[in-house]
Amino acid sequence: MSALRRDVFQAIADPTRRAILLLVAPHSMTAGAIAANFDTARPTVSKHLHILTECELLTQEQRGREVYYHLNPHKMKAIADFIEPFRQLWDDRFNKLESIMKKYKSPK
Amino acid sequence: MERKTKVNAPEGTQDILITRDFELPVALLFRAHAEAEIIAQWMGTNVLKLEMKSHGGWQYETRDPEGNVVFRANGVFHEVVPNQRIVRTFEMENAGFGAQLEFIEFEALTEDTSRLTIHSVYRSSELRDQVLKLPFEYGINMAHDRLQKVVSNLK
Repeated sequence: MSALRRDVFQAIADPTRRAILLLVAPHSMTAGAIAANFDTARPTVSKHLHILTECELLTQEQRGREVYYHLNPHKMKAIADFIEPFRQLWDDRFNKLESIMKKYKSPK
Repeated sequence: MERKTKVNAPEGTQDILITRDFELPVALLFRAHAEAEIIAQWMGTNVLKLEMKSHGGWQYETRDPEGNVVFRANGVFHEVVPNQRIVRTFEMENAGFGAQLEFIEFEALTEDTSRLTIHSVYRSSELRDQVLKLPFEYGINMAHDRLQKVVSNLK
């Protein structure tokens, strides 16, 4: 589980994988069509697709004999907002601080 | 809803900036950071040690209901100026993030309002990013646990 969680961030840290995500964003594509955009060997692209699928940034869809790759927008949004849970944690703590200290204020 | 707490972590830097305005006089805001009993309430942790002076040490510890330690952090105060500033180090034990340096500034805005600014500096931008992602990853974990519960109920 921890290895998988780390993968989400490793996935977007890699420039080729970021390029794949951008490529697939407007419309789903087959592995062959994706690989045609890169100079790297086909198995290397396959490995990247595997990683992106494993951490749910891409989803696979079987259409006839072909497998199409889609971008998973929910997962992408979660990553774009990765600072938000950190902010929320501190916001909750500070809200608590404020309400606790308001009690100290009145009986002065 | 208004976002009262702001977090700024410019890409490629090793810093986190947290800013928050409070409807509290600066003296009360400072007190919330200087008294063990109050820190324990809003941080949700036990305060084992709090020596509010230069070279003084501090230690927090949180245990789960079974009594296992789930969080422990410690550090040293470098500077404590009441109602103005706390400079301290912060290190989560057994987490591998190393020590971070924190500049905590207290500023009176009006008689009844005040501003808190926390500037944390990490050893590297990579470590900074890992710390930023902790609550995010915790969130994913929670979602995963919930999903597993739902799935196991289906069995």
